[in-house]
Order: sequence, then structure tokens, then C-alpha cells
Amino acid sequence: MTRAAIPLAIFLALAGLFWYVLGKMNEGEYNPRDVPTQFIGRPAPPFSLPDLFDPTRQVTSAEMAGRVWLLNVWGTWCPECWKEHEYLLHLAKNENVPIIGIDWRDDANEAKAMLARLGNPFHRLGFDAHSNAAIDWGVYGAPETFLIDAEGVVREKHTGALTPQVWNSKFKPYFANGGAS
Amino acid sequence: MSRTRSLFLVVGLLCSTLAFARVEVHEFDTPEQEARYSKLIKELRCLVCQNQNIADSNAELAVDLRRKTYEMVRQDKSEDEITGYMVERYGKFVQYDPPLDLETVLLWSGPFLILLIGVTLLIRTIQRRRSNPTVTVDADRLKAAAALLETERDTRKS
Repeated sequence: MTRAAIPLAIFLALAGLFWYVLGKMNEGEYNPRDVPTQFIGRPAPPFSLPDLFDPTRQVTSAEMAGRVWLLNVWGTWCPECWKEHEYLLHLAKNENVPIIGIDWRDDANEAKAMLARLGNPFHRLGFDAHSNAAIDWGVYGAPETFLIDAEGVVREKHTGALTPQVWNSKFKPYFANGGAS
Repeated sequence: MSRTRSLFLVVGLLCSTLAFARVEVHEFDTPEQEARYSKLIKELRCLVCQNQNIADSNAELAVDLRRKTYEMVRQDKSEDEITGYMVERYGKFVQYDPPLDLETVLLWSGPFLILLIGVTLLIRTIQRRRSNPTVTVDADRLKAAAALLETERDTRKS
């Protein structure tokens, strides 16, 4: 190999690397801004939030004890949340996945309007206007989805819209073992 | 431009900075608490903007993290307790000055490693240049070059 080919080789190597990484980003498998969660394998932090539809009632993590469930943090201000909404509906309806929602830093009326129009995938939905639960769960963006097992331990977390690829590779195995019942 | 108009302009420009200044009024039990609060918000990273601390950031999460920090300071939690609370939730990334340990050793040593690589390459290049300083020039081509220069001088003169 002549010396002149070295810059070309470096260029091709970098181009290949960028192509690969950007591809992963498009598929939602890699996010450079991702802050890895500290909760995998740790007990889920408890929360108690007012119900979006009935603020006199509380939505708590305790009521999900003994079940495998998803915690989805979202808001109507977040475009990715609109993108994943349809898929959440599919999971709730067709795969019987119990999803607890946290409507984060949102306008309650807008959230209700959105769910009335597009459908409500949430088993229960808490309203977190001041990030109380969000900070406790180490949430920094939306949407974020956590998987909590029957023992109340956080097993998986995904930042960004849930896609079938992400669901199948990261989340589905936990429900295949009959955990959803 | 009339005098009133320029006066308006000056006043308007003065007001523009005022409009941007965000004021969060906090009350503390002791001056020490206030110092702890301002130190902490400078050392905690905003997870949304990622290159700002929560003191500088206006992201909504930063506002809430400041409030959380304030609440904990008012409960008289120590600096380590508050940093610990944040690290437990957001990881060491939340600290602008993370501790040196196994997980962050590359972060701290990386710049020095790159410097080392650069210096090594530089020394090697210099050594290589020094070892063969003589540049061999083909005598025929040297003659051809001289002839070229000669013709150029001639054409310029004419």
C-alpha cells in the first residue's frame, strides 16, 4: 500500500463508522445523549401521584406489586410520545401489557384531550406536574419506559419512542414467561 | 433620527437584558445553606442540555432539579447527601466534577493519553527526518529546471 492511500483508508473507515452509528440511531437502538439508568436490577422507587382523571385518587406503584408492568413517562409536549402512542395502544390492547403512565410536566386538559382523541393505553395514569416522581426515577427526557418485574425490581429501560424492534428485543421476553397474567 | 427616538432605543436596549434575567427567590435559614445551594447547582449537570449546569440552564427539568436541590438544602441535607441522591438516580454523569475511579479513569486520563500519542508521533517524525537529511536530486532534472528558469527570465525581459 502506498502512503497516499492512508488518508483514503482513514476516510473510508470513518465513513463506515458514521454510517453504522447513524443507522443505529435511526433504528432507535443507539442514542448518544442517553444517560444510562441507575435502576436496572434495583428496586423501583415508589411513587404516589394524583390520578389525571380524578385528582382526588392516587396512582401508586404499590398497586402493581406482583405483576410485570411498564412505566411510561410522557407528555403532550413531546413529539416522540405522539409517535409511540399508537404502539402503546397496540401493546395494551393486543398484548395485554399493563402500562402505568406518568403524565410529566404537562397541561392536564391537553393530556385528557389527546387521550380522548387517540385512545388511552394506560391502565392507570398519574399526573406529575413538578417532576416529583420523574426525578425520583432519574427521568431526564420523554418518553422513557421502564419495565418492572413481579418482585418490584426494574429490569429494563428505554429512552425514546418504543418501536417493535425495541419491544421484541428488550421487553417482550419478560412477558413471554407468563408474567403478564 | 430624533432625540426621543434614540432615547427610546437606549431605554429599550436596557430593558432587553432585564427581560432575560430570571429571578428565583429562595429563602435560606443560614448563609451557609445558601452557599451550599449555589455551589451544588453549579456542580450538577442539566440532563437535558448536557453541556450546562442546572444553575445556567433554563430547561424545565433544570428548574425542577434546582427546586429539588433547594428543598433538600432546606431540610439541611449535606452536600454529599444531595450529590449522592442525584448520582443514585442519574449516575456520575450528573456531576461536573466526577470522582476518579475505575469507571471514570478513561475520562480523566484520556486527554493525557492523546497528548502522549501526539508527542510520540512527533518525536518519531523528527527522528526519521534527521536520519536521512540528504535529499537526492537527479542531475538531469536540475539542469532542466535551471533551463526553465532561464527561459522565464528571458521572456519577462522582452
